[in-house]
Formats: sequence, C-alpha cells, structure tokens
Amino acid sequence: MATETEPMASEPTNPAAATGDPLVVLENVNKHFGPLHVLQDINLSVRTGEVVVVIGPSGSGKSTLCRTINRLEPIDSGTITVSGEVLPEEGKGLARLRSEVGMVFQSFNLFAHKTILENVMLGPIKVRKEKSAVVRERAMALLTRVGVANQADKYPAQLSGGQQQRVAIARALAMQPKVMLFDEPTSALDPEMINEVLDVMTSLAGDGMTMIVVTHEMGFARRAANRVVFMADGQIVEQNTPEEFFTNPQSERAQDFLSKILTH
Amino acid sequence: MALAESGNLAVGGVQYLWQEHNAFLDGLLGTVKLSLIAGILSTILGLIVAAMRVSPIPALRIAGTAWSGFFRNTPLTLVFLGTSVVLPIVGIRFAWADAIGLDTFFIFAVIALSTYTSCFVADAIRSGFNSVPVGQAEAARAVGMTFGQTLRLVVLPQALRTVLPPLASMYIAMIKNSAIAEFFNVGELTKFFDDSVRDHPEHLYAEFIAVALGYIVLTLLVSAAFNLAERKLAVTR
Ligand SMILES: Nc1ncnc2c1ncn2[C@@H]1O[C@H](COP(=O)(O)OP(=O)(O)OP(=O)(O)O)[C@@H](O)[C@H]1O
Ligand SMILES: [Mg+2]
Repeated sequence: MATETEPMASEPTNPAAATGDPLVVLENVNKHFGPLHVLQDINLSVRTGEVVVVIGPSGSGKSTLCRTINRLEPIDSGTITVSGEVLPEEGKGLARLRSEVGMVFQSFNLFAHKTILENVMLGPIKVRKEKSAVVRERAMALLTRVGVANQADKYPAQLSGGQQQRVAIARALAMQPKVMLFDEPTSALDPEMINEVLDVMTSLAGDGMTMIVVTHEMGFARRAANRVVFMADGQIVEQNTPEEFFTNPQSERAQDFLSKILTH
Repeated sequence: MALAESGNLAVGGVQYLWQEHNAFLDGLLGTVKLSLIAGILSTILGLIVAAMRVSPIPALRIAGTAWSGFFRNTPLTLVFLGTSVVLPIVGIRFAWADAIGLDTFFIFAVIALSTYTSCFVADAIRSGFNSVPVGQAEAARAVGMTFGQTLRLVVLPQALRTVLPPLASMYIAMIKNSAIAEFFNVGELTKFFDDSVRDHPEHLYAEFIAVALGYIVLTLLVSAAFNLAERKLAVTR
C-alpha cells in the first residue's frame, strides 16, 4: 500500500489503483422521489484512504447520493455496504453504523442549544457511552486542530460560518469515523471563509481519512482528491483523476458542465 | 334600608363562607389534586403521542394520529361518560382503589381528563418539534443517535421554548375543564359550589365569588409558573 503522506494526486494516478480495500460500496442503487428517478443504477466503490469528489449540475442527485450512504435517505433497491456491512433498515444497528460515518452539512447544523465543546462531546458520550473526561480531552484536541479551541464555551450562533463549519467537522471526527461525507461544505460560506474550511479538509485528506466530498471547489479537488465522480440526471456519467477530468473531460455532459463553471 | 339589607347579606355571606371554609378548602384541594395528577399524566401521555406521531414506524404514526383525532373531536363530557360509565361496564372498576382509600370516581375523572388533555398537549409538543429546523435532527441522526436520543437530547430541548406558552393555556383550560368532574360525583370546587347553592341559595353571590376566586388563583399560579420557566429558558440561551 502506498504511503499516504505524499502530496496527493498532483500527478495523474489510475483511480482504480488507489489505496486500500473497498470501504464504501454502492451496488445498483436506485432511488425515486415520487416520479423522479434521482439515483439510477449507481455503482460506486470508495477505498480506504481514498478521497472522492462528487461534482455535477444542480439537481443531479449529489446530495441524495451522499445522504443514502448513512441512510438519511432510504433507497429503493440495490445495496450499500460500509466496511462490508450492509446498512441496516432502522433502529440501533443503523444508529451504530451511522456513528461510523461522519457527515458535514452545507448548513453546518450545529446543535443550537449546546456550546461548541458540548456539540463535539455529545455524540461520543451519548452514542458511544465514553467517559466524559476522555471525550473532553479529545474534543479539545480536535477543536485545536480545526482552530476554534478558544471558542469552546460559546454557542454556535456566536461563531462565523467558517468557524461553525470547522466545529461541525470536529464534531464528526470526535466519533472517530471510518469515512467522512461532506455535502457542499463551503457553499453556504462567505468567500473569505471558504479556504479555512478547505484547509482543514485538505489536511484531513493528507492524514489518510476516507472522504466523499460533494463540492465545486476545483482547487480542493486537484489538491486533495484521488478521483472525481461526475453526476448528471441521477447517473454517474464519468469518473477520473482530477487532473484528467478537469483538463480532458470525456463526456459531452461533463464538457458542457465544466465550460459553464469555468467561464462564470 | 335596601342598602342595610344587602350589607347584612354580605356580612351573612362572609360568615357563611367562614363557617364552611373547610368544605371550600376540600373542594379546592379536590380540584388541585385532580388537575395536578391529570396534568402530569396528560403531559407524559402527550409526549408519547407526539413522539409516536413523528416516529419512523408508520404503525405508531397512525396510532398517534388516531388518538389525537379521536379525543380532540369528542366532547369532554362524553369522554367522562365513557370512562365513568363504559369502563365499569366492560369490567374495569378499580375495585382495589377502595381498599387504599381512593375514590373510584376520582380515578375515572383523572383518566378522562388526562386522556382528553393529552391530545392537545401532543399537538402543542408536535408543533414545537416542527419549529426546530430539520437539520438539527439530521445532524443528531448522522452522529448515530437513536430516534429517542434525537428527540430527547436535541429536538425537545429546542422545542421547549415554543411549546411552553401553548402548554400553559392548555393546563389552564384543563383546570377549568376539571369542573365537569362534578357531574361524576368527584369532590371538587364546582361540586362545593353546587352543594352550597342547593343548601344555602341566599348566599349565592358569596359562594359564586369564592369559587371563581379559587379558580382564578389556581390559573394565575399556573401562568406565573410558566412565565418563570420561560424567562429561565430565555436566560440560559
Ligand atoms: N426530499 C425530497 N423530496 C422530493 N424531491 C427531492 C427531495 N430531495 C431532493 N429532491 C429532488 O431530487 C433531485 C436531486 O436532488 P439533490 O439534492 O440530490 O441534487 P444535488 O445534486 O445535490 O443538487 P444541488 O447542487 O442543487 O445541491 C432534485 O431534483 C431535487 O429537487
Ligand atoms: Mg445538494
């Protein structure tokens, strides 16, 4: 297995050859919202340590894909496995599996009635039943890592968007997840705050965290991703290394999409 | 002359009330006991029904909705009739209650009042749940919380502030509704009123004012308690 500490993906690599064993596997996944076929026969395998960026036009099903992986959205057919385990339907098994899949939302969704520190500690204490002292230490280390340790006793509403999103990342990391899902983590942020969040994500990728990231930040994709997955109309149309995808898109849909986001 | 007469009557009324103050206090205590127990039970029941109505299990959602729909659309008097008359007919008589000195009429009244009130409590709590952004519950689920933990640790605490004002009105309405228990032979404030008026119609005004004051004091106490709670919640946020 290749070492993870090298600067990642600056040169084209074969996506199929990237890193470890399959960690998140989607097979023939279908989902409808009423008549709308949002996910159409999705097959996707993400390996341990891999960073996958999902890109595509609005409404193509990127968020839905992300949300099915921890079953915030149930699927109609197909299977999704996380480290070999099929996602349970409901109940305690599902809750346990979810706790191993970190999720970061576009709108942060920090618990509004809890302080920053409590936000990070709540999951490990209530879900994992860990000791408060142990969790506090880990939570403070994580808050330090994302650069908001000095805000620990404030409430979410008192922080800037960028700070809140970094806390949300720390909250997810506190559960020591196997994989992290990001659904447009920077698109609700003012431009000057985008980089502070992307920097945290880049360093996370550098540490070997398995990540699935819905984003249109091409700089991040080039810097941190092993693979770009392009979605349109509920299908995975194309996937490739960031370099290949951005410089030499194969499908017409991707060419069209890239020309639009590059020219504005 | 007329003035002196009404003056005499007023003095007589006060004297009468003083003489009967034990019966009055018994009635007041009956209303307090009934309201307090029914208040607690309807809150617990209302919480359960509200949770059922947002639960991921369809059968529970349907049952919760049916419960709310049934009791909201049934007159309280009918609910009282249902418990005091129908329950004994189908064999639920709380025979053990007499043995420990509890009035079975009181038990039936508690059941009627708390089931009836529970659906309004459930509605208030449910609309409180809905006032909390969905992202909060999604974040809780994403962290691995169960449905119960999500409600208890994340949604309910944030819903509380929205829920308190309608809950206060509901408990006040319940205290007043408890007067119906009188028809079912439960010793409480309205029963004191009726009994007094029957035996001493000449003191109608005094009796009326005393009983009205009794209800007003109780409802004002509930308002004050809820105002205090609201202010406490506002400070801790
Ligand atoms: N809960 C829902 N009920 C019905 N339709 C939905 C629901 N959620 C999403 N959709 C629809 O499904 C389609 C895919 O939505 P999704 O949010 O996955 O797209 P997306 O690729 O994330 O788009 P965006 O870039 O705008 O975030 C859209 O047409 C959307 O309107
Ligand atoms: Mg989206």
